[in-house]
Parts: sequence; C-alpha cells; structure tokens
Amino acid sequence: MSLNFNFNFTQPSQNKAKLNPEIIHDFLVIGGGPAGFNATLYAKRKGLVTGMIAKRIGGQLLNTSSVDNYLGIKDISGEGLMEQFLDHIHQLEVPILEEVEVTRVEKVNDLFEITVNNQTVFKSKTAMIATGSNPRKLGVEGEQEYSNRGVAYCAICDAPLFANKEVIIAGGGNSAVEAAIDVAKVASKVTVVHRSEFRADQILLDQMMSNPNITVFKQTQILRIVGDVKMTGIEVLDKSSNETRMINADGIFIEIGNIPSSDLFSDLVQLNEQREIVVDSKNMTSVPGLFAAGDVTQVAYKQIIISVADGAKAALAANEYINHHNTSK
Amino acid sequence: MQKMMNEEVQNQLKQIFNDMKNDVTMVLFTQEGECYSCEETKGLLEEVTELSDKIHLELKDINTDLDDVKKYNIEMVPSFVILDSNKEYHGVKFNGIPAGHEINSFIPALLEISGAVNEEIPADFLERIAKIDKPVNIKVFVTLSCPHCPGAVQKAHKLAMLNKNIEGEMIEAQTFMELSNKFNVSGVPKIVINDTLELVGNQPIDQFLAQIESL
Ligand SMILES: Cc1cc2nc3c(=O)[nH]c(=O)nc-3n(C[C@H](O)[C@H](O)[C@H](O)COP(=O)(O)OP(=O)(O)OC[C@H]3O[C@@H](n4cnc5c(N)ncnc54)[C@H](O)[C@@H]3O)c2cc1C
Repeated sequence: MSLNFNFNFTQPSQNKAKLNPEIIHDFLVIGGGPAGFNATLYAKRKGLVTGMIAKRIGGQLLNTSSVDNYLGIKDISGEGLMEQFLDHIHQLEVPILEEVEVTRVEKVNDLFEITVNNQTVFKSKTAMIATGSNPRKLGVEGEQEYSNRGVAYCAICDAPLFANKEVIIAGGGNSAVEAAIDVAKVASKVTVVHRSEFRADQILLDQMMSNPNITVFKQTQILRIVGDVKMTGIEVLDKSSNETRMINADGIFIEIGNIPSSDLFSDLVQLNEQREIVVDSKNMTSVPGLFAAGDVTQVAYKQIIISVADGAKAALAANEYINHHNTSK
Repeated sequence: MQKMMNEEVQNQLKQIFNDMKNDVTMVLFTQEGECYSCEETKGLLEEVTELSDKIHLELKDINTDLDDVKKYNIEMVPSFVILDSNKEYHGVKFNGIPAGHEINSFIPALLEISGAVNEEIPADFLERIAKIDKPVNIKVFVTLSCPHCPGAVQKAHKLAMLNKNIEGEMIEAQTFMELSNKFNVSGVPKIVINDTLELVGNQPIDQFLAQIESL
C-alpha cells in the first residue's frame, strides 16, 4: 500500500487570481501543460496581460511517473515537476481557469474570442494553443470493446489494479518501457510487445532487459484483443516467422505514442498530415497573432523541455507581435 | 506506531485547517480481527484529528454498532463518513484509506463540510442539482497512485453535499478487489451511479448530472 501523501491542495483562502471575461487580454494561453506554463511565465514577465485556460492542469506530466531528463532537476515525479512549475506561475499571479474546456476559438475584428464550455467568452489580442496530445489508440478489433475492461492507457493510475496479474505493454518508446518497468513492480508477469525495434533511451532499455519479470517480443504486431466479459489475451503476428499466435493476459497498456489534440482548430489553422499544427520559426500559426507550442505542433521530439522552450518562444513572439501591431497603427 | 504524515505535510495541513469554520466529526468503521488497512486508516484519521481542534473522530465496529452501520449504509471496512457540526450525514463517505493521491479528496471534504467553501458552482448547475429527487448513489473507484482520481471523488462528494438524495463514496479499488471485479474496474477513476450507469475518467460535473438525470 502506498502511504506517501501526494499532497497538492491549495489553501482556499489564498486568493488566486481569476481570469476576467470583461477585459481584453494581450496573450491568452489554451492548455495547462509545460508549454502553457512557460508561455504565461514569459508573457507575465514581459508585462503582458495574460492568463491560462486548462482542462487539466499539468497535462501529460500527471501521467508521468518519473522525469530524469529535465536539465537541473534530477529524478523527479511528473507531478512533482508540475508542482514546481505551478508554484513559479502562482508567484507571478497568473490567472488560471482550470477544469474548463475551450470549445471555440475565432478571430473577430483583430481580436481572438475564446469560448469555454460554460459559454463564457474571453477576449485577447494574441493567443496560444498548447493543447498537447492524447494517447494514440492501437486501432485493432477488441480495443474499444475491452476498453476499461482490461485495456488501459494510464500506467501509473491503473497499475495497482493489475497486482499479481499478467499484463501486456504495447509499444517501444520511452513511455512503453517506463510503463513496463512500473507495472512489473506489481504484476506477476509483464510482456512487452512491439511491432518494430525499440526507440527508448538505452538507460531505460537496460533496466527493462535486466528485469526477470519482463519478457520482450520485438517485430510482433498486435492483430486483435480477445476476451469474454473482460479481455483474456491478444492475437499477434510474429513478423519474423510470419506466424500468428495468442498471448494470454488480464490487461494491456497501450503506450504507442500520442496524437495531437488539434481537432478543435482544424478549420482555423493549417495542420500537417499528422494533424500537428504548422508553426513558423517563431511559433506563429497560419493565423497572424495566433501561436502554438508544444506537443500539438509539428515540433520534432515531444519532450517536456522542448515544450517548455517552445512556450517561451511563442510568448516572446506574441510580445513582439503586439508591439509591432501597436506602432504600425 | 510511527507517524504516517511527515512534519512538512502536517504543517501544511495545520495551515489549511485554519480555514475550517465549524466542527466536523469523522465516524470510522473497522472490525475486530482481520481487516486490510483498518489499522492504517485509523492511524491516519487519528493523526488528522490531532492537527485541528475542530476535527473529531468516533470509532465504531461494523459488527456491533449496527444502528450506525444502518444509518450510514456501511457495507465494508475500513469505511468512514464525515458529519457536520450538528452530526448530520451529508452522504460523504470513504471506503479504504485516503492516502497517496486520495489525500486530495479527503482534505477538501473536511473543509467543505466545515463550511469553508473553496469553489463556486455555476447557478445553472446548482438548479439542476437541486431538482434531483431520487436516491442517487455515486461510487468512485480509485487507486492511491492516480492523480486524476481526486477530481472525480471531489465532484461526487460535492454533489452529495448539495443534495440530500445523493450519496458519494470513494472506493479504494485494491482494498476492495472483489467489489472492483464485480464492477469490472480496470481503469480509474471509474464512476458507477446506482450500480448501473458507468463513467470512466474524471468527468465534468455536467456529465455526472446528465447520467443522474437519465435515471
Ligand atoms: C507516460 C508519459 C511519460 C513521459 N515521460 C517524459 C519524460 O520522462 N521526459 C520528457 O521530457 N517528456 C516526457 N513525456 C512527454 C511530455 O509529457 C510532453 O512532451 C509534454 O507534456 C507536452 O507538453 P504540452 O504542454 O505541449 O502538452 P500537454 O502536457 O499534453 O498539456 C496539454 C494541456 O492542454 C489542455 N487542453 C487540451 N485540450 C484543451 C481544451 N480544448 N481546452 C482547454 N484545455 C485543453 C490539457 O488539459 C493540458 O492541460 C511523457 C509523456 C507521457 C504520456
């Protein structure tokens, strides 16, 4: 039983700054992940009237058990890192509207109108999309049917439910390998299935390979997920022998990467084939004054430190844009 | 027994408990003999009681204190409810220890029942909540390592506090494996309403209400 206390409740009497629908902002940020945090930090320091709207503060950091590749901060939990970020933002009194979803963004007479799910509209001269990404689905038969009846997407949340059970991890990147190592602490047996070669960091691969509880199948493609009331296993194609076979398991964690959360903006800004938002070298989208940063963009390598840096670029560029716009009028 | 909460957490909580308005009472049900995490839960609640003179604890046994078991619909141990200063039950219940991330469900529940409000609910939601006139039970299955579970538990509890017909209970899935299996819990938070309707994930209040209204 975990008796650590991951305490992150803020004092009700601490008057947190509130996002104001009555005023015109300089720079509003959609998304509360690493990119969004850093963009508001930079914007605030530039003196811009800024704020953040986020469905879930922390973004993917909340699903990350440990981060060991953020310069200067050694081995920390994803949540711990988020708290440090947030602490910094709170110090600057950046207004944050949380647990609220943006449902529409429009440019009306040179102003961005951002509508949220309770119909409130916030106005801003410039805005930034940092809505990140969501777990990619396998897209095989049985995945939907057994979703939450064996098929899971959040290893740190759901690993305890598979204590002493047999679990499959699908994927070959860092998050799959991390999930395997995490789940192997509680599960009786972990099998990692990946359709090609591993892309994970060597340091993680070494940990996985030396774990007696973990079996690895490369060049193995998942064809379907089978079961009765709950899933009971998967059918795979061994690409080297071209044979299909069954692997029994009580659960499967799908860790095969992410897809950008860009659907909401597909009519507004240009997307590439991967449905990532296309930005220029200053993180501006195809719409002047509208910026984007982090995992939702075409930026190469989706990483915390990269998203954070992107957020900074976007905020500085927005500041430049506003200054330029003001003087040119 | 060694303290569960380190000094840092204790000090943080003391600070936070300064915002409590009225007294609250936790009524904890355990049982003699074998009981997974009963000792730990009792220890945790005792520690919390020490951090504010507004927080009180009553200890009950599920096999002998039958009137209370009935009054608060206690079905498993460890289980506890939080009562207001008039010792009234508002449907706020925890089954299993609220450690790990669940401390973030537990502490807000104490504060809210004491009358310290931290978040306003929009008026249209309040209206919809007030209209619910059937008995509603909301179970929220969680694990202690799940960062988005407290959000779902808090909402279930909030709904319970706002309407007498609603009961909201956290269920720690590992402690109550059998019940979790019965409801096919393999992803958390899993929300089950009146044992029939299911939601997965930390859903917005709107989704809770839509399900309840469909009953
Ligand atoms: C399991 C896992 C492990 C990882 N490990 C590492 C690691 O060790 N090191 C590393 O560098 N990176 C790691 N990553 C990647 C890293 O987490 C991401 O690159 C980073 O979080 C991207 O940041 P972001 O701000 O672009 O987006 P996200 O973190 O995805 O945040 C998006 C934000 O937008 C919000 N949002 C989305 N849609 C809306 C809407 N319509 N309205 C309002 N808000 C909305 C979300 O709620 C969220 O707040 C990991 C990822 C995962 C999933």
